[in-house]
Amino acid sequence: MTIIDHYDHSGFFDEMVADNGELRPHYRKFLDLLESLPQEEFENKRQSVDLSFLRQGITFNVYGDSQGTERIFPFDLIPRIIPAKEWEYLERGLVQRITALNLFLHDVYHKQRIFNDGVIPPYYVLSGKHFRREIVNINVPKDIYIHVCGTDLIRGDKGEYLVLEDNARCPSGVSYVLENRRAMKRSFPEMFESIGVRPVGDYPQDLLRTLQYASPVGVEDPNVVLLTPGSGNSAYFEHTYLARQMGIEIVEGRDLVVRDAKVYMRTTNGLRQVHVIYRRIDDDFLDPTVFRRDSLLGVPGLVNAYRSGNVSLANSIGTGIADDKVMYYFVPRMIKYYLGEDPILPNVPTYLASEKSDYQYIMENLPKLVVKAANESGGYGMLMGPKASHEEVEAFRARIQADPRNYIAQPMIPLSRHPTHAEGAFEGRHIDLRPYILYGEKIVIAPGGLTRVALRKGSLVVNSSQGGGSKETWVLYGDE
Amino acid sequence: MLSRVANSLYWMSRYIERAENIARLLDVNLQLLLDFHDLGEDRLAEHWLPILQSTGDEAAFFALHKKASGRAVTEFLVFQPENPNSIVTSICQARENARMIRDQITVELWEELNNLYLFIRSPGAREVWRQSPSDFFQKIKGGSFHLAGISYATVPHNEGWWFSEVGRFMERADKTSRILDVRHQSLPSAGAPEIISQAEALEWSAVLRSCSAWDAYKAINGAEVHPKLVAEFLLLSEDFPRSVRFCVSELNRALRRLSGVAEGRFSNDGEKLAGRLVAELQFSSIDDICQQGIHDYIDCLQIKLNAIGDALFKTYIFQAFQTQDEEFFVQQEEQQQQNQ
Repeated sequence: MTIIDHYDHSGFFDEMVADNGELRPHYRKFLDLLESLPQEEFENKRQSVDLSFLRQGITFNVYGDSQGTERIFPFDLIPRIIPAKEWEYLERGLVQRITALNLFLHDVYHKQRIFNDGVIPPYYVLSGKHFRREIVNINVPKDIYIHVCGTDLIRGDKGEYLVLEDNARCPSGVSYVLENRRAMKRSFPEMFESIGVRPVGDYPQDLLRTLQYASPVGVEDPNVVLLTPGSGNSAYFEHTYLARQMGIEIVEGRDLVVRDAKVYMRTTNGLRQVHVIYRRIDDDFLDPTVFRRDSLLGVPGLVNAYRSGNVSLANSIGTGIADDKVMYYFVPRMIKYYLGEDPILPNVPTYLASEKSDYQYIMENLPKLVVKAANESGGYGMLMGPKASHEEVEAFRARIQADPRNYIAQPMIPLSRHPTHAEGAFEGRHIDLRPYILYGEKIVIAPGGLTRVALRKGSLVVNSSQGGGSKETWVLYGDE
Repeated sequence: MLSRVANSLYWMSRYIERAENIARLLDVNLQLLLDFHDLGEDRLAEHWLPILQSTGDEAAFFALHKKASGRAVTEFLVFQPENPNSIVTSICQARENARMIRDQITVELWEELNNLYLFIRSPGAREVWRQSPSDFFQKIKGGSFHLAGISYATVPHNEGWWFSEVGRFMERADKTSRILDVRHQSLPSAGAPEIISQAEALEWSAVLRSCSAWDAYKAINGAEVHPKLVAEFLLLSEDFPRSVRFCVSELNRALRRLSGVAEGRFSNDGEKLAGRLVAELQFSSIDDICQQGIHDYIDCLQIKLNAIGDALFKTYIFQAFQTQDEEFFVQQEEQQQQNQ
């Protein structure tokens, strides 16, 4: 079967086909193998992959459905391929970025040099919803705040990579990377041998090592657990999946108790101390005695134990300030300030609604811009100016006027496209890329990451909650 | 092991066993009706009402249905989501418990249970049910056997496994006693039962077949069916794997594997009560039981089983249950967690 005969690659940067209509060289081997496959067989494989996801229960929960509906995250069989040289560049950029973000967090929670040196106005940090006064001057093990980061990358119309956002609280989705790879290997074993794709299966071990490295001082064999909000959370599958792969316990808040500023879990043999918590719960819900009082998911006394250094949290408390969308604007400055380097991976041009000149620009050009609330994720709280109605634009205008600190604006980036299976044919669909970065003794990035794809024609929204799907991401050993 | 995990393992296997036993009960009774002809509505209600009573959900049933017709009772026990113990609810509950502890069970076990769940929630399930109830029940029973086999062959026989064994045998002991109790209205409240009619003999053999006990019973007692012998077999048989005595012995054994305390001693109330019940079943004859009255005896037995369950909870789990309001609130908070 062929993909590119009737394939329309025009209008956007296409990952597989160059502007002159020629196939990009790193897709050559894959396409040769695919073309040797009868259409029917491809279709069979596609269906069997979907069915196997359903049977294995690799699903996410759909909220607002009393029947407890679970859906599979749609998976497109055509992989996105990244040549070695390109990946090496991305890795350098991501390492630089997470290093700077960690230095920034340590700084704002200690001496705040970056304010004193006039690089970032303190107002933006101190007014951030996720800035946590509770941990100012508290030392965290090895000074690492963001242990797990999922940075979203996109490509513009020249194919240039841009950072869209840093997810530094509880990035999710890595289980799909691992399960997609397993499904692809089962369906197309011969391809992996001949093409030379770098494996991703080490991620759980690397994550465990990262978590162990974060253990409190003096603990030799730390008891690491994963703290989940519970089986009603949309990412619950991922939580159990990662815990199983790492061989650690998955706990809910009610399984933990704090005694003498130490955290214990309730077992059938009494209490057992916990040293490192990989938490998949927001700061707000961690401890009802410190943050939200009505939280039933958290553990009373946890923050006190954390401040006493008896338990580590990954990610640390307070990392949310680093992925505040307003702070994003300042990341290039942070890199320059802490590392003395120019950013390797550029940001998307960004306007701050609370800066006077930017504000004016935003107000004048609102229908052309993408506006984002500072602390939302999952594609919510967003205005896509060019695609919105007049009323929607005006509604957002009012919201920005009421609370400028909480909004940024960016030009609409024409995301790159990738051939994607759509009703028996192949069409270009917009994609992004989320690599997963682990900051332990070393910084380790799983080769590739999650490529999300907007399955609806013309859509630029890749979130699973809004009609997005995923693709395999193949990082090659070589460049072709 | 986490107390919550132990709790989920216990309930996972209890619910699987529960679904299987309801399937057994209905299967045999539907077939039994084929042996009678010209049954009036009243006679039918007489047949179905005791079955409903044996499950202990009579009140819930009459809140939803007026009459205990065959159709209403089977619908209630198989599909009705409002019935907390219907086959569908049981399988959903078993699967939900398994989902909460997916990291603790094997892939094989999870996928099989998930398959059973996907089947029962699919429109195909009703289709199978309409065309051949017997095939439907076979599928449920087969699923349960398959799960038991998978768990025996793939799950490490460690603490968690013994917790699921406790759940399995607790449920089975309870359900066998309830199935036996279905025909209690034809029995004297105390003393040995009389010789019975041919129709009644058929009903009592249905009781045996509900427990897969027909062949084993015949091997010991010959083809003649008598309520006293049936009760003896289902309550006191030493080696039949669905008899109450067998189940309680296994339950007791599992409890001792959990704590490491030898037979003849105990370290908690659960062990004390289970050990006592085993001894009582070992040293009772069917004549003793008839003297008390079979129905009365079964009532007491179920109370004792419940007491063992409560004691276990206090010893190993001890976690406050959430009220419905709290549960709703927790669910909301679970969903508020942002997944970036």
